[in-house]
Amino acid sequence: MKSSQDIFELFSEIPDPEIPVISIVELGVIRFIEVLDEISIQIIITPTYSGCPAMKQIEDDVRKKLIEHGFSVIDIKTIFSPPWTTDWITQETKEKLRKYGIAPPEETTQDKSWLLGIEKKITCPRCKSLNTKLISQFGSTACKALHQCQACLEPFDYFKCI
Amino acid sequence: MTTKEALFKYILRIGDTNLILGQRLSEWTGHGPFLEEDLALTNITLDITGAAKSLLEYAALVEGNGRTEDDLAFLRNDRQFFNVQITELPNGDYARTIARQVLVDCFDFYFYQELSKSKDETLAGIAQKSLKEVTYHLRHTSAWLERFGDGTEESHNKVQLALNELWQYTNELFEMNEVDEILIKEGIAVDLNVVKTKWEKHISDLVEKSTLIIPQNVFMQTGSRKGIHTEHLAFILAEMQALPRMYPDAKW
Repeated sequence: MKSSQDIFELFSEIPDPEIPVISIVELGVIRFIEVLDEISIQIIITPTYSGCPAMKQIEDDVRKKLIEHGFSVIDIKTIFSPPWTTDWITQETKEKLRKYGIAPPEETTQDKSWLLGIEKKITCPRCKSLNTKLISQFGSTACKALHQCQACLEPFDYFKCI
Repeated sequence: MTTKEALFKYILRIGDTNLILGQRLSEWTGHGPFLEEDLALTNITLDITGAAKSLLEYAALVEGNGRTEDDLAFLRNDRQFFNVQITELPNGDYARTIARQVLVDCFDFYFYQELSKSKDETLAGIAQKSLKEVTYHLRHTSAWLERFGDGTEESHNKVQLALNELWQYTNELFEMNEVDEILIKEGIAVDLNVVKTKWEKHISDLVEKSTLIIPQNVFMQTGSRKGIHTEHLAFILAEMQALPRMYPDAKW
């Protein structure tokens, strides 16, 4: 019988539908796996954002992968607590995002300085300049904001810190 | 009323408010004042509609008679909806859309903070999730209110007019009835008086900072807790529900 660790490894092969350089495990949406027997498994996932359209895709991909590996009784549940946070994204994964052209979250959610109007300087993923500005709190997907580098003039996505 | 019935109605109220506001805001998709703002409002709409889905899914589970979240969204009539009336009002110009959004975002910000502590784990979970998102929404819409209020004479007048017209719909946000009474005792529902105090302070500071004025001595509209709505709700439902009603077996 496969262990839950084996299943986590299988899921590491499933790319995030919107950011294909990272896996759904690296994204942190797979919260819990329990292998019940050779064919039965329970999976608990949590959404990144309430309305994230990729969640359905992720669920379908997970189901497909499990069917390929012999599971036929697949129970996938969604939970909201604890809510997904960018704090779960590891340094290694952040580096992958940066190489892909997305500035990774630079703050932690423990840092509330933005409430006082202090904006963190975001590093340009292309030229590493700190001379960047926020264009919009909202970007091409729910999890990103839009910034622009004042040095190389390139616009870029910033993975919002929530 | 049993606790279960009260809980069903309570979740419907929150779910419907999100659903109707999401549907209303989605009218801006592709029509925003400029590209980035179009994306921003569409993102906000997506979060709100996502919350509506989770809430109605939970409402259907609590009701437990086989209805799904789609049945609740698409197969109820206007008198069976419990969204607050402010959400069903037409969008108007961008100043009006923003003014409404600030008022509702600010309510949600404090409401979800309280609901996060609910003894109902599912509601608390949804609230914790939505709180993170609403924090971003409120930041965005507050910045716009300030820009409109403290912008040109025209933008100032438009946003002030919007506030004047919308203010009569704000008291509904804080109305409580038997549902709240039963669920507050159980530690499930939020005492909306607590939310009201925080909301009033926040909005008052923000409106002042935006060089605007809060309308005084306004007649307050009421009715949504009993399923009574403005004439606008039935029109939104007609559009939103047309497809599932015409083709009941349609699959996504």
